[in-house]
Amino acid sequence: MSAAADLGYMSQKKYWQSFAEVNDPENFQKKTQDEFREELPFEDVDSKGLLDAKAPRRDFLKYLGFSTAAATLAASCKTPVRKAVPFANKPENIIPGEAKYYATTYVQDGDVIPVLAKVRDGRPIKIEGNDMAAYTHGGTTARAQASVLDLYDTHRNRFPTRKVGDKHEESTYEFLDKTIGEALAGLGGKPVVLLSSTIVSPSTKDIIAKFPNLKHVQYDAVSYSGMLLANEASGFGRKIPSYNFGEAKVIVSLGADFLGTWLNSVENADGYTKGRKINEKNVEMSKHYQFESYLSTTGASADERFTHKPSETSAVALALLAALDGSVTAPAIADAKLKAGITKVAADLKANSVKALVVSGSNDVNVQVLVNAINNAVGAYGSTIDWSRPVNYRQGIDKDMADLVTEMEAGGVGALFIYGANPAYNYHDAPKFIAALAKVKVSVSFNERMDETTELCAYNLPTHHYLESWGDAEPKAGISSFIQPTIYPLFKTRPYQTSLLKWSGNNTDYDTYLKTYWAGILGSEDAYTKALQDGIVETPAAASAVAFNAGAVAGAASATAAKKGGKTEVVLYQKTSIGTGTGATNPWLQELPDPISKATWDNYAMISMAKANELGVKLDMDYEYYPQKPVFEFAVGNDKVELPVLVIPGMNADTVAIAVGYGRGEKLGKTAAGVGQNVYPFSSFNGTTVDYFADITITDKNRKHKIAQTQIHNSYEDRKEVIRETTLATFKKDPNVIPDYRQKLVDDYAKKTSDFHKEATLYPDPATRHNEIKWGMSVDMNACYGCGACIVACNAENNVPVVGKREVLRYHDMHWLRIDRYFVSGENPDDLKGVVFQPMMCQHCDNAPCENVCPVAATNHSTEGINQMAYNRCIGTRYCANNCPFKVRRFNWADYTGADSFANNQDQQLVGKLDDVIFQMNDELTRMVLNPDVTVRSRGVMEKCSFCVQRTQAAKLTAKKENRMLADGDVKTACQQACSAGAIVFGNAHDKESKVSKVREDNKQRSYYVLEQLHVLPNVTYLAKVRNTDEIIEEKGHHGGNEKHDAAVPAAEKKEEAQH
Amino acid sequence: MIPCKPITQKLTLLLFSLTVFSGIQTYAQDGQTLFQSKCAACHNVFKDLTGPALGGLETRGPWADRQELYKWVRNPEGYMKADEYTQGLKAKYNSIMTAFPALKDEEIDAIVTYIDTEFKKPKDEGQKTNGETATSSNQNAVIFGVISLILAIIALILMQVNSNLKKMSDDAEGVMRPEPVPFYRNKVYIAMLAIVFFVVGGYYVTKGAIGLQRQTDYQPEQPIYYSHKVHAGINQINCLYCHGNAWESKHAAIPSVNVCMNCHKAINEYTKGPKLYKENGEEVNGTAEIQKLYAYAGFDPKNANAWDPSKAKPIEWVKIHNLPDHVYFNHSQHVRAGKVQCQTCHGEITAMDEVKQFSELSMGWCVNCHRETKVDFNYDGKKGNKFYSIYEKFHNDIKSGKMDSVTVKDIGGLECQKCHY
Repeated sequence: MSAAADLGYMSQKKYWQSFAEVNDPENFQKKTQDEFREELPFEDVDSKGLLDAKAPRRDFLKYLGFSTAAATLAASCKTPVRKAVPFANKPENIIPGEAKYYATTYVQDGDVIPVLAKVRDGRPIKIEGNDMAAYTHGGTTARAQASVLDLYDTHRNRFPTRKVGDKHEESTYEFLDKTIGEALAGLGGKPVVLLSSTIVSPSTKDIIAKFPNLKHVQYDAVSYSGMLLANEASGFGRKIPSYNFGEAKVIVSLGADFLGTWLNSVENADGYTKGRKINEKNVEMSKHYQFESYLSTTGASADERFTHKPSETSAVALALLAALDGSVTAPAIADAKLKAGITKVAADLKANSVKALVVSGSNDVNVQVLVNAINNAVGAYGSTIDWSRPVNYRQGIDKDMADLVTEMEAGGVGALFIYGANPAYNYHDAPKFIAALAKVKVSVSFNERMDETTELCAYNLPTHHYLESWGDAEPKAGISSFIQPTIYPLFKTRPYQTSLLKWSGNNTDYDTYLKTYWAGILGSEDAYTKALQDGIVETPAAASAVAFNAGAVAGAASATAAKKGGKTEVVLYQKTSIGTGTGATNPWLQELPDPISKATWDNYAMISMAKANELGVKLDMDYEYYPQKPVFEFAVGNDKVELPVLVIPGMNADTVAIAVGYGRGEKLGKTAAGVGQNVYPFSSFNGTTVDYFADITITDKNRKHKIAQTQIHNSYEDRKEVIRETTLATFKKDPNVIPDYRQKLVDDYAKKTSDFHKEATLYPDPATRHNEIKWGMSVDMNACYGCGACIVACNAENNVPVVGKREVLRYHDMHWLRIDRYFVSGENPDDLKGVVFQPMMCQHCDNAPCENVCPVAATNHSTEGINQMAYNRCIGTRYCANNCPFKVRRFNWADYTGADSFANNQDQQLVGKLDDVIFQMNDELTRMVLNPDVTVRSRGVMEKCSFCVQRTQAAKLTAKKENRMLADGDVKTACQQACSAGAIVFGNAHDKESKVSKVREDNKQRSYYVLEQLHVLPNVTYLAKVRNTDEIIEEKGHHGGNEKHDAAVPAAEKKEEAQH
Repeated sequence: MIPCKPITQKLTLLLFSLTVFSGIQTYAQDGQTLFQSKCAACHNVFKDLTGPALGGLETRGPWADRQELYKWVRNPEGYMKADEYTQGLKAKYNSIMTAFPALKDEEIDAIVTYIDTEFKKPKDEGQKTNGETATSSNQNAVIFGVISLILAIIALILMQVNSNLKKMSDDAEGVMRPEPVPFYRNKVYIAMLAIVFFVVGGYYVTKGAIGLQRQTDYQPEQPIYYSHKVHAGINQINCLYCHGNAWESKHAAIPSVNVCMNCHKAINEYTKGPKLYKENGEEVNGTAEIQKLYAYAGFDPKNANAWDPSKAKPIEWVKIHNLPDHVYFNHSQHVRAGKVQCQTCHGEITAMDEVKQFSELSMGWCVNCHRETKVDFNYDGKKGNKFYSIYEKFHNDIKSGKMDSVTVKDIGGLECQKCHY
């Protein structure tokens, strides 16, 4: 590519995290060695002398004196009298101090995940997956994990309101029931409409059906109506089937981000992983092809990717169908690589028919009809596509919504009830909706927050958070998942179903209604109680007798053939964290780095390297090193937004990708407001469905905006043995690269005893330092898709503080667990071969470099193999973090938690202020989410992953109490529990029968320790990533693959080559 | 070397007798545990509570026949239908005993044996107090202090005398010397004093700083004068009856009002026990304190049947034992897994009227105990905790005689992250 040539790529490197690493490695290494990369406030020292500097010596002495005096004062104060207030009447089954787990269901706009809520002393504090749900196997998403924080959001609506003038004034349910009841009676026959996001609750649908003259319109922020309509046209009914990724040998995705945001990513990832985990005795993998316009989370995990402009999706589908069965005429495809890709994919699909699956994320009916035809041609129906259990995740039809808006505009709607939907923010033509809403006489919102739509409604009767509710959900036909309250409602909220019941003349509340409804279906109240306890009820699938009807294919083919896109196009996508925008109010999700860009607290335009070259964005050292990114104006018709750009390799050259869900209203709180820009206006209605792509024009605004990316915060000093990645063909040809590498280290360092552990160290043999329990972890990088559920789970479990954008910009992010993203490319960085995600946490090294350098022994090793961190002993020298080769230690630069003994220690006058979100997280209400078993760290101490020591301790205690041996699986770390792909395994590594020992034993060829040559002896093993391609990676130099023994010392490398 | 043999003999004898008695002990111990967990809520050996006093039960009703007793304990309601004696009991106590269908014959036997032994024990046993040894050591310290002070003054006087004599002899011999400096301006004295002051002062400052927020002997006044001596001491209510949470959870927890009311529905006055005094010597009216409880519970003793427990208000007790937030302490770990007696840390609670903090709850105090306390090793189906079977190396060492017991320290009980995480 010419762009690449212009930038002058000289490097031979394969794995990289930032362009600077590729373009200017020397400078990059030098710069990353600076500990403080921002300007320090000491710049005046040289010119004016010490006393005139901003922080002169006298000030220092003043502060010192003050703090000594303050400490004395604080010490001499009287010890406060603490009260202990027991229950007045202790419920029999509650034990103060012991957690209880209640089965419930995370439901958010049709996303359904059966979960368990961990409740400590009446407060839900953690969400875990429900293992009893066969379709998720206990997996969760980042959003499900973070949902417990939403419960304690200070910006939830706390009471019912009615609008008086411009203000929402507090009201009562009695008054509102009466007022709204009267208003409904006086509508004069005009219809009442319930506008909601997808409703998966069967009992609620029952209530809706019984509401006289109520019209129900379901509206999804990101719509799947193209799929629903296409399936109807193909003879399957207006439904979405279950996809069985686990059965497929060949998976082709046409822009469906199924591991991130498409339908139920937990279910998809669970199935997908079956084909991705490798059995070394019989090395096989499913093959995953991805056609897409930008680099999605799913695309990052694909074996082979082909890019095209979003408008070309239909052409790709058509060409694929043509190549498969010739029933349609193939369109002309200009891009040679794409064309070759289609031919290859078609051949592979043919070779693996029946064991193949094609999915598409397009919302275009014609594309989805073609995809159905392809699936029919490869025999996917009945094998990888299951019509016996259609899913209910998304049910909105775009035309219904468009018709509703038209009707409202014409004054034809008497009353509008809104639940879950937020069209004033995410409708493609929001101003039209807003104007139409003004013409509705009675507008009622049941939404939990004062969102953009609720603000416009006359009445707001906020509904409960799901953790406070009774309820049910039917994610798939025949599978019901139940919701039970885990806490008494915090605010004056009421289930919207109760309101609907009341207004339809039924005075039972929803709780009773639900009980009667399900006792009727399940046969008895006991059965209902049992169902609540399990959380899930599954009935056998009904046999499906539907068959594919090819009638619509010809029409779809001719309709798509005519499509033409512009020069540059924009595609809208969802982030795994923020989703359609529901995650925007959640600080944990805002701070969760995006899997691909590693950016937090922002949306931005992702552009290709070619586009960067065209726009004059230089990918030099400064671009990567400093957070300021150039801002451009992006315009679709009259809708314009100004956004910074991020250059991402592997993008389609002429496509710009922007995430939806940002640019929220002020009333949603400090977390959401002012973060990013809203790009929903870029979507458009094509008469049948909404398109999430458009032609775009780009103008340079000649200014810059800071984006807080985390990827280059941690430097490995150019050591590349952190990641091991290969192709399936290479792995089959030479499976022993990793064992050989280890053997070489043994040969080099343990000549006498051949025991690398024992001999290659000054310290006593680690084997003598442990007793029979030794905790170990194994991470399968083939099953890590970067979604970030583990990170949020870790935040919740371990009270990891939120630091806000300003602090992330200063490299002060606190995540104990991060997912490093590595691009794999040939010489040209844009020639992206794959992406490796590596969850990186404390490795709990047996010869830990951090332990030796601590002057106060605040970090040391336990006999159970855990690298311990005693916060109350730490004096904050940060030597440990500097000496950690993996950079997993986190320092509390400021009082992020409000845990300091001194009040007002959160003001940082000298070095910059903390973000509002930190103070929001310190609110009395929000602090209810904290885990009481884990210390809340204060300013000036180091912290890091503890292997969830509170869980290992609790499991041991339970075993002691029950007078039994510790069983494998008694301890699950928070990250392990959250993972929908089972990538993380944890247990006693000294127990030969434990799962972690078995994983290590069964995967000797892929199992490796990061930076093994340093001989720090980590307790975490990784299983190397394998991409399923035929490419044989050339071995440069020695036998140990193309990774150098120690890249920082070329001389050593030469020596090794000589040895071979 | 000579007396070695007799001692070994004595030891063997002692050991032998200990083993024999401890065998019996375990049996009676079971009876005690069972009694306390199953019966103590309503019964006492000597006194009538919710149910009748159990001492000498075999002399009453049909209970001389053990088979009848088994039937009754497992199904009181069924048994009562055909038995007049128990019907009489119901009339007297206005309640039926809880059924214990799961209790085995041997277990009921053990309980009866325990009751018997307790009943026949001479009554004054176990009421000895030992609080006098502490004062004597205190007196010793004062005496030593006074003696050192006197000696120091004598030394000073002698030194002054010495220097005066020297001056006189110098004058006599005609040696010219400068005028001697008075001792309070003598730099050597001042320096020495400064050093002593620094050392002593430093010692106390450090000690004081370390002791900050430690509250040994903290004995706040509680909203209700609740006497542990009366409840746990005289009436021998098991600690776990009220603080049952200590068996299950990290918190021992203060019992809720409904637990108090289990007994106090029936016990509405304090008449029989010893007089109660506050710390300042003021006498406490026990019956009035029970009335305070009724006020919290919303209970009217004259109209007992109308009581609604759900209307009770919680009592705001003053928390005595406070640990810093960065310490994780779990009661069930110590009480249930470690089998530590409550008194080990909380002192002679059965002799305290109002509770005060007995231990200093400092890290040194914790760690010392972890160094010495032996773990419940050697699981054999009856004794020991099966969990510890995992420590094979230690078991082998015990077998081979390398070590005789395993302490908490040996299995990692001194590591930071056992308590700090």
